Amino acid sequence: MQFDLVSPERSLASMDATAVQIPGADGDMTVMADHAPTITTLRPGVLKVEAGNDTHEYVVTGGFAEIGAQGVSVLAERAVAKGDMTQDQLDAMFDEVQDVYNRAKDAAQGDTGPVDDAAKLLADMAAMGSEIGLSTKQPSL
Amino acid sequence: MPNLKDLKNRIESVKSTRKITKAMQMVAAAKLRRAQEAAEMSRPYAERFTAVMAGLASAAAGSDSAPKLLSGTGSDQTHLLVVMTSERGLCGGFNTNIAKLARAKATELQAAGKTVKILTVGKKGRDQLKRDFGNMFVGHVDMTEVKRMSYADAQGVAKDVLGRFDAGEYDVATIFFSKFQNVVTQIPTAQQIIPFAIPEDYEGSDTLYDYEPDEEAILADLLPRGVATAIFSGLLENGASEQGARMSAMDNATRNAGDMIDKLTIEFNRSRQAVITNELIEIISGAEAL
Repeated sequence: MQFDLVSPERSLASMDATAVQIPGADGDMTVMADHAPTITTLRPGVLKVEAGNDTHEYVVTGGFAEIGAQGVSVLAERAVAKGDMTQDQLDAMFDEVQDVYNRAKDAAQGDTGPVDDAAKLLADMAAMGSEIGLSTKQPSL
Repeated sequence: MPNLKDLKNRIESVKSTRKITKAMQMVAAAKLRRAQEAAEMSRPYAERFTAVMAGLASAAAGSDSAPKLLSGTGSDQTHLLVVMTSERGLCGGFNTNIAKLARAKATELQAAGKTVKILTVGKKGRDQLKRDFGNMFVGHVDMTEVKRMSYADAQGVAKDVLGRFDAGEYDVATIFFSKFQNVVTQIPTAQQIIPFAIPEDYEGSDTLYDYEPDEEAILADLLPRGVATAIFSGLLENGASEQGARMSAMDNATRNAGDMIDKLTIEFNRSRQAVITNELIEIISGAEAL
């Protein structure tokens, strides 16, 4: 099964994979060959790709995954190989999401939808931090 | 007839100009390669993204609950023109062509009784449009510090554009940039980004997808990212076009300087000969007089 990971700036990976674990917005899903065609949005999380005996892991935020007959393509707004992820990068990403949350909260008038979405994003970000072994700040909700 | 010393100075000055334009041309050539690579590497993302968005959008278009970024605000009274140009000059008609297209569009919209607002990205476009449309400027994004265009820069612009849309400042947004064709041809282009326009050459795919979460949620999530993606592609195309335009402009300048040097050298040699002839005549006629 063909697997592609592309970010807006470049294509990060293109390989033949046996299984891909995608951090979907509604939960993780593992894709293997002949999966039903699906489009899912991503939550901040870790993307695991099994190719032969190797496992590649990428930290992805924002974007979506398209599962088609030919394979999986993941379009992530930001994607970094897990090993290259630094505390500074994570902090910057976290601050960004916190900022989104604060603004959503300020702008919210009765409609809590955007605030809840941003809160989920923050929680996902914190969970992702612990998953890759880096600490995030405490989300201030 | 100009005297010899003046001519000599003139030749020297044109020669140093030629050196500078030659150097600029070579720098532009090196930068062009990088800019072109960046533009090419961004293409798979942009193409895939647009294809998926077009699929979702054509399914959702017409439904009442479609997001505003897709269906529009229901009016087209106020237009936002995002004019993207370079920060530096000396690149031929690059900035002028973009500004010209934006100016034509702004004039046309005004004639139709619409309100026009202009957001400039890059100093040169701002300078060119200031005189005629200065009172319509609503903002400016400075890219002087940007060495290498990154997605984050495009996101910054997109945030500004989307913020204004959410605040109800305009109904339709169009970006102006130059599409890179090759070193000699760059095509000034206007592209509507809000509301999202399904590309004309889009053909529906026959794959039926499951959507997770539902289609609407995905669309609402993707549309703002689509704005950033479109702006990013525009900026990268612009980057390549700018370097291409500069390269050919500097190539022309170098050639012109060469021609000028040849012409001046001929003139210099003629004057020098004239001076020598004069001196000889003086000597001969002096000798004859004795």
